[in-house]
Amino acid sequence: MIAELGTFAFALAFALSLAQVVLSITARIRGSAMLRGAGEGAAGAAFLAILLAFACLLASFIRSDFSVSNVAEHSHTAKPLLYKIAGSWGSHEGSMALWCLALTAFGAVVALTGRNLPWRLKTMTVATQGWLGALFIGYTLFASNPFMRIADAPVEGASLNPVLQDPALAFHPPMLYLGYVGFSVVFSFAVAALIEGKVDAAWARWVRPWTLAAWSFLTVGITLGSFWAYYELGWGGWWFWDSVENASFMPWLIGTALLHSAIVTEKRGAMQGWTVFLALCSFTFAMLGTFMVRSGAIMSVHAFAVDPKRGIILLSIMALASGAGFTLFAWRAPKFSGGGLYAPVSRETTLLLNNLFLAAATVAVLFGTLYPMIFEAVTSKPISVGPPYFDLVFGVIMALALVILPAGPLIAWKRGDAAGALKRLALAGGLALAAAAAGYAFVSPKRALAAIGCGIGIWLIAGSLTELAERARLGRTAIAESLRRLGGLPRGAWGMTLAHIGMGVFVLGACVELGGKVEATKVMVPGDTFQAGIYSLKLDSVGPIDGPNYLAERAAITASLNGKPICAADPERRTYPESHTTTSEVSICYRGLTHLYIVLGERREGNDGVPRWLVTAYVNPWAWLIFLGPVLMALGGVTSLSDRRLRLGVGRKAVSPKIESTPEVEPKPKAKARAKKAPAT
Amino acid sequence: MKRLALIVAAAFASVMLTAASDDPADHLKDAGQESRAESLFGEIRCVVCQNESIAASEADIAHDMRMLVRGQIAAGKTDQDVRDYMYARYGDYILLRPRLTLGTAILWGAPFVIVLSGLGLLLARRRRILPLEGELSASELAALKRLETEPQDPGAS
Repeated sequence: MIAELGTFAFALAFALSLAQVVLSITARIRGSAMLRGAGEGAAGAAFLAILLAFACLLASFIRSDFSVSNVAEHSHTAKPLLYKIAGSWGSHEGSMALWCLALTAFGAVVALTGRNLPWRLKTMTVATQGWLGALFIGYTLFASNPFMRIADAPVEGASLNPVLQDPALAFHPPMLYLGYVGFSVVFSFAVAALIEGKVDAAWARWVRPWTLAAWSFLTVGITLGSFWAYYELGWGGWWFWDSVENASFMPWLIGTALLHSAIVTEKRGAMQGWTVFLALCSFTFAMLGTFMVRSGAIMSVHAFAVDPKRGIILLSIMALASGAGFTLFAWRAPKFSGGGLYAPVSRETTLLLNNLFLAAATVAVLFGTLYPMIFEAVTSKPISVGPPYFDLVFGVIMALALVILPAGPLIAWKRGDAAGALKRLALAGGLALAAAAAGYAFVSPKRALAAIGCGIGIWLIAGSLTELAERARLGRTAIAESLRRLGGLPRGAWGMTLAHIGMGVFVLGACVELGGKVEATKVMVPGDTFQAGIYSLKLDSVGPIDGPNYLAERAAITASLNGKPICAADPERRTYPESHTTTSEVSICYRGLTHLYIVLGERREGNDGVPRWLVTAYVNPWAWLIFLGPVLMALGGVTSLSDRRLRLGVGRKAVSPKIESTPEVEPKPKAKARAKKAPAT
Repeated sequence: MKRLALIVAAAFASVMLTAASDDPADHLKDAGQESRAESLFGEIRCVVCQNESIAASEADIAHDMRMLVRGQIAAGKTDQDVRDYMYARYGDYILLRPRLTLGTAILWGAPFVIVLSGLGLLLARRRRILPLEGELSASELAALKRLETEPQDPGAS
């Protein structure tokens, strides 16, 4: 009964989404406030219906209702509750249901808030969001219903893929989907703006919070996925340029470009066409990512719910949604005027370069990911494009982008002072060169690229701090005055600085890990020791473990430094009988920022009949920074999002009496400056 | 068809998601040669796996391929010799760093062409903008002077 209610709710949401489109478009044509309200109400109701449907899906999983085929295929009574819940979005059908939930949720937020938006723009945004909702809900309902019953319900389920039974991965898809689908709102805003024929500073300001939110979710989602791959796959690496990873990375790159180009459109009214184009691209790449992951069109090491037939339908949906958007763009965009003029050295130019490099980097990732498929279709010969390609092409282009990054915030709008900015960045530049030189000189074997990367990491961190110090006039005025200035900075400025420092922290961590990584392997019997970098590892024992839904061998390993034990590691090798799969549970000793990463390998019978185990240890120096950096970036996004000026209801809040508690940027000096100028003119 | 066969083969390799580490006894005696071999592993694809290099895969064939590479290195071949040898046996599919040919020119070139043409456009724009930012012409200076000297008329706006 619950499953049937779920299907019904999905059908209801489909009808409501269609109603949302029809009502909103009619309202726009007739100018009827009542129809407009009805359209917005339909958006809210569609969300409630999907929420009900999703609750039904959760209930089916929690109750282990194996008469529902999706539950039977992806769950098991012995599975812990968290993974029963996570199982509801671990399958193709379930993940599409989650996608619809996020899509209608954002649609409802747009429809029910943002009262200060011009009504025409808002109504068309709601209509477009409804159109996207109808496409995806229709797809889920007719081609991928998660509530399908089976005639002979099995007594036991087939279980979720065991490597997916992990807390980081339980939350990875929801975060990723919130990011992907967040861009749907940006897309809808872009379509609405194209229909209305007006892209101005106000439009960019409404789009920015949505871009920031989607980008922050996506950052967290990708980081969780990467961290999961790091400690669950047991390869000692955290990024493999796999097509599934690339699928989530491309919308992130486009989102990053959009964040920056929207600033130019908001502050200077320039780059309107390009910003709209990126807005359309962001959701297109999000859809492309889902298509790539879910269709099996591209080989991947970690795609877990794949179905080629539905891939064709998903591709059609993508073509329908994006095709309409880009056709509209080609028709309307030439109308947009260029906006304000600016000198070659200006904030505008630095942001333009940022967009150029990010766009080229996205193309590199896109081509690298799709090339094998296209090449084989054309020449019928298979080809591989792997990490060496991405490291080189993507690495070079991103390095260029990162080198100019610290200069951007220090150069003024319209006409900047390059020499002045460089002078202010001299200290940061010196530190960066010193770090690169030290990295090259003291690490052996010598790895020039890793050393350059370390320099870039320091350059970003020191450069961002320089900008902060400039804003506070640190050293040029009293400390108390500097602190007051820092306190008075808008949250948007803090957000930018945090995100840029986060980027630097990430680059530093990635390059130190790349340059200083040590790997050691040994076949051991209990009692043996071996050396991994500065650490000495002793295999104490290996014993069997009886898990809730798996059997395992668990090793007890003592890691010591200079004869003193520092950590007891317990890596496992698990076998899941239901799915006949073996996985490795890595054990990581956290030594400050450094990870000592220990993997228990396969059991080997020696000639003497004594069992031996292959133990591999990696010393990953400063590996925490790799994951801490993106967390800082996401925090930066959230901080910017909390900026009063970027909130959705900004028009209403600006008049509320609470403003005094959060002072605006240096209101007094500005007023004084104006007062001084007034008599002179 | 070949791809389908590969996917099917990969589906049977259930122990794919674990670290690939060889018994140190298999390593080359010369540390320099071993590290050369290990960096080559990252460039060579495991033929039965889903998008994994032989450095990452625990499949038996990946182990065999690693030993093949080690054998070549030990026999005094250069890195490029090993790549050529692999290419001759398996074709483009085996190399994770695609060779630069006519067929891969777009792949290698497109991102850099975008960067260069973008920079070119910026430079071209710069020439167009500069006159606007430069000195004022004689007639503009005269107009400015007129505006500055004229008394402001509050009713004229």
